[in-house]
Amino acid sequence: MMETKRRYVIPGDVITTGPFRPEQNVYQEGDRIISTSVGISEIFDNAVRVIPLTGIYMPKTNDLIIGKVIGHSSLSWEFDINSCFVGFLPAQDVFGRDYSPTKDELKERLDKGDLVAARVANFDRSRDPLLTVQDRDLGKIESGELIEISPSKVPRLIGKRGSMIQTIEMATKAMITIGQNGWIVVSSEDPDGLLKAIEAIRMVDAQAHMPNLTERVKSMLGVELGDNNDTINE
Amino acid sequence: MTQLMNENGIRCDGRRVDQLRNISIKVGVLKNADGSAYIEFGKNKILAGVFGPRDVHPKHMANQDSGILRCRYHMSPFSVTERKNPAPSRREIEISKVIKEALLPAVILKDFPRTVVDVFIEVLQADGGTRCAALDAASLALADAGIPMRDLVSACAAGKVADQIVLDINNEEDQEGQADMPIAYMPNLGKITLMQLDGILTPAEYQKCVQTGINGCKLVYEIQRKALMDKYFTNEAQ
Repeated sequence: MMETKRRYVIPGDVITTGPFRPEQNVYQEGDRIISTSVGISEIFDNAVRVIPLTGIYMPKTNDLIIGKVIGHSSLSWEFDINSCFVGFLPAQDVFGRDYSPTKDELKERLDKGDLVAARVANFDRSRDPLLTVQDRDLGKIESGELIEISPSKVPRLIGKRGSMIQTIEMATKAMITIGQNGWIVVSSEDPDGLLKAIEAIRMVDAQAHMPNLTERVKSMLGVELGDNNDTINE
Repeated sequence: MTQLMNENGIRCDGRRVDQLRNISIKVGVLKNADGSAYIEFGKNKILAGVFGPRDVHPKHMANQDSGILRCRYHMSPFSVTERKNPAPSRREIEISKVIKEALLPAVILKDFPRTVVDVFIEVLQADGGTRCAALDAASLALADAGIPMRDLVSACAAGKVADQIVLDINNEEDQEGQADMPIAYMPNLGKITLMQLDGILTPAEYQKCVQTGINGCKLVYEIQRKALMDKYFTNEAQ
């Protein structure tokens, strides 16, 4: 397998030339492959992409996100999902197939300002994202602290196979729900653990581009350092 | 009339014919904007902020196939020696339009249908060549906001002063010189996105003027690049 090559790029930088496949945040101009955003470029298996360090959340099918109810019609709720689009959750998804607008009151289940963990069921360019809560661990979030970080740094917070988030959860005994849209809910019985967890998440947000971040977070949380060799994650 | 160039080829502000004014740029200066940049281009001081992609208001402006770009260039009342009326003037509306059109080839808005990207440019202090300086700041603010771009846009003026083609016209040279040509350029793609000309040039002078302007844009690009790198990749061995 080819080794991945990483570089810091800004829009317009030529990442490579030759027969490569352009993926996220790059485009092809002749035989040059050029970055379209500020980030870290990766060449892997003949594919070239850039992991952005800035930008808003673009919904993707199957993403777990956290949304805030901003209103409802008689058939669906509308969610602020920290994106340029509004998320829609059909009433049938919550009430079941025999939902009737005359009988059921949407407000009783979810009201303005409620936070909900949901999954993006469907999204394309022609319509606003459709959400669903029909899965394990999805639905209304009853308690916890909402933290907003930059959506481009969510993969870093999760870490390689969840290493970063496991580290934080273990050290602080907090429950952390991460939405791909950069909204995170932390809940904990122990107020100190809660504050520690929030601090750690903020630290990841601020230092996402630094190497050995897991080590830094570990030493901040007071966990003994392992030989977990962490690199910048996709 | 003041003397614009002395016998040694030194201009009224002490520069050589091919020398830019001092430029300093800082990216990410506004907390509430999605992307921002502040540029000091000689005595010009300009702030640019980018919001979006976000919902379009009024709704009828929205495009179902692609995002749209809106741009507002505004001069503060205190940016010039005589107080400027803060209402948008004919000149500001025109500059807003040309800046928008100069940025449009660089941004990729296909993935953001029904949304808008707003660019706000505030001139805090003006000293000739504000549209170029504003463009430099605006393109960095767009990159800072994470709007996909084909390339950064670098802009710089060239012109004719005392029968010589010079780079980066300042206010005095603009008022009393013979020609002023603002150029915006995408350095990696080698494409011009803005070119205006005020004054009269011969075909040979025109060629030289365009080349001088492009060279200036390339110099500006290096400063822009450094400013953007500084925000995102400091504390790191490049």
